[in-house]
Amino acid sequence: MGKDHSHDHDHSHLDGMELKVRTLESLLVEKGYVDPGALDEIVETYETRVGPRNGAAVVAKAWSDPAYLDRLRENATAAIGELGFTGRQGEHMRIVENTPEIHNMVVCTLCSCYPWPVLGLPPVWYKSAPYRSRAVSEPEAVLAEFGVTLPEGKTIRVWDSTAEMRYLVIPERPAGTEDWSESQLAELVTRDSMIGTGLALLPDEVA
Amino acid sequence: MNGPHDMGGMQCYGPVEPEADEPVFHGEWEKRALAITVAMGGTGMWNLDQSRFARESLPPVQYLSSTYYQIWLAGLESLMKARGMVSEAELECGKLDTPPVETRRPAADRAAMKAVLATGGPVSREASGEPAFKVGDAIVTRNTHPAGHTRLPRYVRGKPGVIAAVQGFHVFPDSNASGKGEDPHWLYSVAFKAEDLFGAGNHEVLVDCWEPYLERADA
Repeated sequence: MGKDHSHDHDHSHLDGMELKVRTLESLLVEKGYVDPGALDEIVETYETRVGPRNGAAVVAKAWSDPAYLDRLRENATAAIGELGFTGRQGEHMRIVENTPEIHNMVVCTLCSCYPWPVLGLPPVWYKSAPYRSRAVSEPEAVLAEFGVTLPEGKTIRVWDSTAEMRYLVIPERPAGTEDWSESQLAELVTRDSMIGTGLALLPDEVA
Repeated sequence: MNGPHDMGGMQCYGPVEPEADEPVFHGEWEKRALAITVAMGGTGMWNLDQSRFARESLPPVQYLSSTYYQIWLAGLESLMKARGMVSEAELECGKLDTPPVETRRPAADRAAMKAVLATGGPVSREASGEPAFKVGDAIVTRNTHPAGHTRLPRYVRGKPGVIAAVQGFHVFPDSNASGKGEDPHWLYSVAFKAEDLFGAGNHEVLVDCWEPYLERADA
């Protein structure tokens, strides 16, 4: 495990945390509570194997394959599992579909619940007080901070993840992509579009 | 508990500020903090709801001035200390001064952890009885302020809503966090109008609510 992180400056506070966590880890290993190999497995899983490309594959398939979309609507956990994306923080998945009338957006006001198997670990802003406090009360203003303005008359539906249900937004499929393959479509699916703080990219926004 | 974690509707935290490059981890310590927290959860010495309650129960100033992984670590230390698994002195200097306690499950090795991560821990349970509400029913959330853990946010207490979906029969956090068992109940997605919650707004907010949080609107 790469312990020699590159040094930037102004992080005496970080150095304090590095020391504190290293001390804690060695104590817990010495006590036999945790296995160092298991710790490496956790880090590698969420650093390299699980991330928003998983969710993008789900969305691209949902756009391309009506039978798959039906399975997602019926039992999202199982349908997402078909692509090999299962596990912790994705035990009870549900999709919420954007339409010309409805824009969905996901938050966890009480902590930071997030669908790990399809999106990876949540970004800092998702866990932050500004997002958690205002996503439910003034979603238009929050969307504006992400540079998103919705067409007049579209209703915003905010999902507060208070239980173990985990929500994946299926953004609207951009026009002009009718003959695109699943892998091409996946390139249009940003992480934020699957949280609802963004939209799918347009064809001319990808190289 | 009405704590600092219950942030929905607060107006004092300023704008959302996404990072430019958004690294998954900020420093090696965040990786290890995540790993330690997840692995220690695997010892079975506490459940998910107890770990959430430990984080919510941190002193408010500490909660609000910590990063999320710092909150996780502080919650973890508090859970371990309460169970005699580590001492304050050990956390200070890293030297073992008390023998380990026997954990409910042994430490998972790398292969076992891989399996655990891929499986997760479903909280749906075999249903007993029928749900009291169906899609379209008008409800009012209870105006309740328990001193313990709850997943009914303050902004949505005592409010009218409509059942949007029946989600299943799930472990009840209010009971599970207190160590009184899983006590599963029907879980619903409930739709609320922003105007009913915040006095203004045209949007809807959907909140997952267990049956004990809800009363029939005409009751």
